[in-house]
Amino acid sequence: MNMVQAINSALALEMEKDPSVVLLGEDVGLDGGVFRVTDGLQKRFGPARVIDTPLAEGGIIGMAIGMAINGLRPVAEIQFMGFSYLTMNQLISHASRMRNRTRGRLTVPLVMRMPYGAGVKALEHHSESTESLYVQIPGLKVVVPSTPLEAKGLLTAAIRDPDPVIFLEPTRSYRMLKEEVPDGEYVLPIGKARMVQEGKDVTVIGWGAMMVQIQKAVDEAVEKGISCEVIDMRTLSPMDSASVIESVKRTGRAVVVQEAPKTCGVGAEIVARINEKALLSLQSPVMRVTGPDIVVPLPKGEDYYYVTPERILAEIERTVSF
Amino acid sequence: MLIDDFNPLEGKMLQILKTDGTVVDELDPHLDDSELIMAYKTMVLARVADEKAVKLQRQGRLGAYPPCKGQEAAQIGPAMAMRKDDWFVWSFRELAGLLQHGVPLVNQYLYWMGNEMGSHYPDDVRALPSSVPVGSQLSHAVGISYAAKLRGEDTVSVAFFGDGGSSEGDFHEAANFAGVYQSSVVFICQNNQYAISFPRKSQTRSPTIAQKAISYGFPGILVDGNDILAMYAAAKEAVDRARSGLGPTLIEAYTYRLGDHTTSDDATRYRLESELSEWMQKDPLDRFNRYLENKGIWNDDLENAAVKEAQELVEKAVSEAENYPRPNVEDVFSYMYADMSPDLVEQMEKVKAEQAARKGV
Repeated sequence: MNMVQAINSALALEMEKDPSVVLLGEDVGLDGGVFRVTDGLQKRFGPARVIDTPLAEGGIIGMAIGMAINGLRPVAEIQFMGFSYLTMNQLISHASRMRNRTRGRLTVPLVMRMPYGAGVKALEHHSESTESLYVQIPGLKVVVPSTPLEAKGLLTAAIRDPDPVIFLEPTRSYRMLKEEVPDGEYVLPIGKARMVQEGKDVTVIGWGAMMVQIQKAVDEAVEKGISCEVIDMRTLSPMDSASVIESVKRTGRAVVVQEAPKTCGVGAEIVARINEKALLSLQSPVMRVTGPDIVVPLPKGEDYYYVTPERILAEIERTVSF
Repeated sequence: MLIDDFNPLEGKMLQILKTDGTVVDELDPHLDDSELIMAYKTMVLARVADEKAVKLQRQGRLGAYPPCKGQEAAQIGPAMAMRKDDWFVWSFRELAGLLQHGVPLVNQYLYWMGNEMGSHYPDDVRALPSSVPVGSQLSHAVGISYAAKLRGEDTVSVAFFGDGGSSEGDFHEAANFAGVYQSSVVFICQNNQYAISFPRKSQTRSPTIAQKAISYGFPGILVDGNDILAMYAAAKEAVDRARSGLGPTLIEAYTYRLGDHTTSDDATRYRLESELSEWMQKDPLDRFNRYLENKGIWNDDLENAAVKEAQELVEKAVSEAENYPRPNVEDVFSYMYADMSPDLVEQMEKVKAEQAARKGV
């Protein structure tokens, strides 16, 4: 399956299993979503459970909050991350804090799915990677799969999660990768990173679409005699700090890769955590490979922005030879 | 139907109880004497409780508080039209309506005194916590109603907001969604004439807020918000319509905030004394009191007894709220998620250790 199919499969299975699961969003029903992620689901589960909405991102999440409070498990699709900023008031002022401010009386088990990221030569506002905005909000969870298998397992867990989950789908990986994904139920835990490969010289940490770039870089690093350990974060909030710390303590070096602009990205948080808990194991500064602090350029200039395997490899080499 | 007879585009406003305490007979909702007396007693309790909250704030015993004085009828009328299992969705100035819907007074004092347990309502009370970001609660009512319908419940959500909130995009989105999905929602706009200092006439060029409903494909009605009978009758019709699947209604309650926006505000900076005294003459409690007296079911003795009873209930709630233990460290950490992450546990332990060290000194 590719990632689109894996997500569709997770949605269908959860809807089958739990009548309280509903989908809502712009074009998710009849059209099956602009990326066809929800293709066929309205036909199968009916328009009352796969709900086409008017164009209002804040209204979609506000409605999903009400649904979640009153016993449903809404999975809302925001068409692109670049349109998600209208949901911020609902997420910050309500979804993320309902459990706390009612001391557990009311809860908001919703999922907000959206495609994110550059590298697909898309229109303006369709290429952002602003996950750190969401990671900064206490009370939300932020999950980013990097493969079809992860997408299925993590989305299933997100739908079953008792708290609001922001689920980021790397647009670039929607149809690029294919792998064996079980047709039946498949669940992966939220809050746990994945050890992609073990290595001894340097730990390379990433998530989402960057895992493809990282894999290319570390494969080349092997040719140069550098053994890389690779961690796919999978969940950015709550962050699996322990896996990162444990790895960096062994390798003594780390490179954090993020697609987003450099300043105050999630990568900075990971570096800070390494400094707090593994500083004395370090043999070189922890480096970041990130997008620059600029607006993602339109397609003609996108390559100036996008993190490439070459950039990652260069930083790995600098770190190892420090 | 009232919504047919009182079209806001024709400049009509529903009034049943006139300021002199007499009733427009053909519109009388014919509540039982006991229901009328209960409603009045709740209004008295709300008034006493509200004035007490302001006093407590002045004494430093309660935080900033948005008084609801003057809006009791606009809130209690609709709440009387609700069933116990209907959802009360509110903004932040709805002490009176919340009381009528069953949110205990002690919860309300606890909240304004700064304890989240104030919003932990009893299990059988269906109400959201306050929504201070103006207007943002309205779409929740649409979602709650959608969920109710899907789950086979015939419950209604009644969503309160203000004239200021009607300018927020959230109002537009929620009203539009409610129209599209024919939601079982009743929107109650308490037009109390000011959004802090900003007057109603500057908020929108629309002659009424009620008429905005028409553009979303459902009825709106302008109601004298200081008339408990009119507010009840309009809300009852709207709630019944919503429950029977006929969709949403917008009720504009034409009222006035007799107090400041909050205890931090000074309304004399933007309102004329003459305007205030004019609205004092339209006090919803006085009007209802006159009606009950004319009807021969209320008198000074009963009034004094009701005030005394209210004062006792208020004192009891205040004392309970003031003696309620303040949150401990676990309380502020452990409700962020169903389960705390290891990082959050670590942060909590740090705060706990700081607290312990402080106590040690």
